[in-house]
Amino acid sequence: MFYREAGQFYTTYAKDQGIFQLKQDKYGLWGLLFFAFLVVPIGLYLLVQGGVMAGTTKDYLYNSILLLLLVNCMAAMGLNILTGYCGQISLGTAAFMGVGAFTAYKFSTGMNYRVQKEDNAGELVSTLVPILPQIDNPIALILLAGAVTAIVGVLFGLPSLRIKGFYLAVATLAAQFFLVWCFSRVEWLYDYTSSSTIQIPLLKVLSFIETGTITFGMPDGSTKAVSVSGFLVAGSETLKVPDGAKTIVSASGFILTDFSKALSSPDASRAVTGETFRIYPVPETKYIFSLAIVVVFAFIMKNLVRGRIGRAWMAIRDMDIAAQLIGIRPLATKLLAFAVSSFFCGVAGAMLLIFYLGALEGAEAFNINESFSILFMVIIGGLGSITGSFLGAAFITLTPIILINVQPAISDVFQDKALVEHIQFMVFGALIILFLIMEPLGLSRLWQIAKEKLRQWPFPY
Amino acid sequence: MGEILEFIFAPILIFESWRFGMEVVISGLLAGVMYSLVALGFVLIYKASGMFNFAQGVLVLFAALNLAGFIGLGVPIPLAIILTIGIMILFAIVVEYLILRHLVNQEQIILFMATIGLAFFLSAFGETIWGSEVKKLDVGIPQGRFEPFGIQIQYLELTAGAVAAALVICLAIFFNKTKIGRALRAVADDHQAALSVGINLRTIWIIVWAVSGIVALVAGTMWGAKSGVQFSLSEIALKALPVLILGGFESIPGAIIGGLIIGLGEKLAEVGWGPYVGGAIEDWFAYILAMVFLVFRPQGLFGEKIIERV
Repeated sequence: MFYREAGQFYTTYAKDQGIFQLKQDKYGLWGLLFFAFLVVPIGLYLLVQGGVMAGTTKDYLYNSILLLLLVNCMAAMGLNILTGYCGQISLGTAAFMGVGAFTAYKFSTGMNYRVQKEDNAGELVSTLVPILPQIDNPIALILLAGAVTAIVGVLFGLPSLRIKGFYLAVATLAAQFFLVWCFSRVEWLYDYTSSSTIQIPLLKVLSFIETGTITFGMPDGSTKAVSVSGFLVAGSETLKVPDGAKTIVSASGFILTDFSKALSSPDASRAVTGETFRIYPVPETKYIFSLAIVVVFAFIMKNLVRGRIGRAWMAIRDMDIAAQLIGIRPLATKLLAFAVSSFFCGVAGAMLLIFYLGALEGAEAFNINESFSILFMVIIGGLGSITGSFLGAAFITLTPIILINVQPAISDVFQDKALVEHIQFMVFGALIILFLIMEPLGLSRLWQIAKEKLRQWPFPY
Repeated sequence: MGEILEFIFAPILIFESWRFGMEVVISGLLAGVMYSLVALGFVLIYKASGMFNFAQGVLVLFAALNLAGFIGLGVPIPLAIILTIGIMILFAIVVEYLILRHLVNQEQIILFMATIGLAFFLSAFGETIWGSEVKKLDVGIPQGRFEPFGIQIQYLELTAGAVAAALVICLAIFFNKTKIGRALRAVADDHQAALSVGINLRTIWIIVWAVSGIVALVAGTMWGAKSGVQFSLSEIALKALPVLILGGFESIPGAIIGGLIIGLGEKLAEVGWGPYVGGAIEDWFAYILAMVFLVFRPQGLFGEKIIERV
């Protein structure tokens, strides 16, 4: 009754080709964006302020659920371009994400390389020499990560002209295993640390991190305080309390500190000069940034797939020989799909490092199970659908979290930690099979059915 | 220049000491036989149902877990083997009943995803029943090694080779000489034609899954005797994938020869090039080898020629 096209006329061609054919869809999307950008952060903030929700719960929501969800949405969109729209199965998504993460890391630290020299005592001394200025703008890092990953993706996409279907899937496993091997064996990638871990440095946008000392009008006139202000997006850093400061007071802007640790001594007159404190971004900043990136890329993707390029991809997917006959160049089209898909995956990987994890170990974070879970997202969400990518990412991300949270209830019954973990896996596997049997076209198909039903409501047909 | 040449020909240079070279070749070939055993199960199911069974690796683990579990309970070995075979047959029936018959006519990728879900389920299920600690599996394969011409060969590896040969002969007889075997080949050739001459597709699926379950048991026994029964078995089984694409998805001899090439290639590469680049290139060498190979021969060594029509 409320959701139908009656009364909506297209008077220009531009309108006829609009993304949303129904005003309701358009308003729905605006509403959703409004909700995600404003209602969620402000609402959660108010809930915490009002004492309804614990501050740690809010941080858990952002840091463990929402940020992961956004990263997975991004990766699922990337894979959906390749598998859903262009029909090329890939099992190397996680590795491409890894390329993005490591690119972001190398650019953010200035592309260090190691110089080893013998010192006077004849021992080898190694120093890291940067070749580029460090980039501390997350947007620039993310775009660079996407670009480099796109190049790597095209390299591994080259065989796709000759190989199809499962043969190609196994060939992409080569990318998966080779790249992950690089992440733990090529020392240059992780700046020669022994643990092969990478950690993103402080990233900021628009503004500055300022730490300074302020002299207070204390009776003795000597007490100084530290203030930190700025607009911090990612990373965290340990700072030293500047000389002469005795008490630390303020942090303003989008920044969090753990001053309290530096001030652990109850003796207020104790000099805190030289002590350290950490600064890190508020989770809201990370959330808004990730969300904005995902929205922008979803918009780009939507316009790509409904234009000439997307139609060429779908033609290749549906029947590549026929597509060739109508003048679509298969190599260029497939490679473009690999490039764009890898770009998205690279961005997702950079987001994973910058916003979600902060520090990670390449071989562990981007192993083959990660590739599979992203493939699951795409399949369960629905191949060839952007909405599907989001729904699938939500399903695969949230199911384990829900299972973990009902775990206490199960643990009471079974008392065995390993067993509970196994039960989780079994439930997950069974859910996936059940889903494929009940709705092989994915959640996006359910969404479509719901919309059709809604159009006819309250009439049966 | 000399160093570059030395690097390029490193895998060949190990034959400077021919005994060492031969040991590498033999252990590579026998590792290849192990991969082939896993790949065989894939091929059987792919031929009969066009299903890319990702769970085959976990099936290997599951079979080995059951066997090791029964032996651990004190069941005599022959009885334990029979019990495990019974479980694999029961498993085939359950899979057909709960999954396969509901997924008839679905796209291949959906079937593939379903087997990944099955893999998740089965590995957790097996470990729930039998526990997740590493188990020893001793079914009476002689340990130790012997040394003809000063080349060391493990008895276990020889046994694996012999068992693989026996298995392939059995499968060949089963496929070519029995009525069920003929039905299987008919299904592999053309589903609809097979249905129209009265072959029951569902029975065929159960048989194929049961047979590949038994093949998995053989593979699991060999791997388990070599390195213990543990979760990583199912990951080693991933190596069967490059074997498959090298040999062709539909070909049993392809699985064997592909396995030998992969096993030999990656051992030579590891010993030859590994030290130059930091080792562990076994992890990916097989995949890159298979990928490069595919570029020149997209259907694999023995795969059916891909004919495309519009």
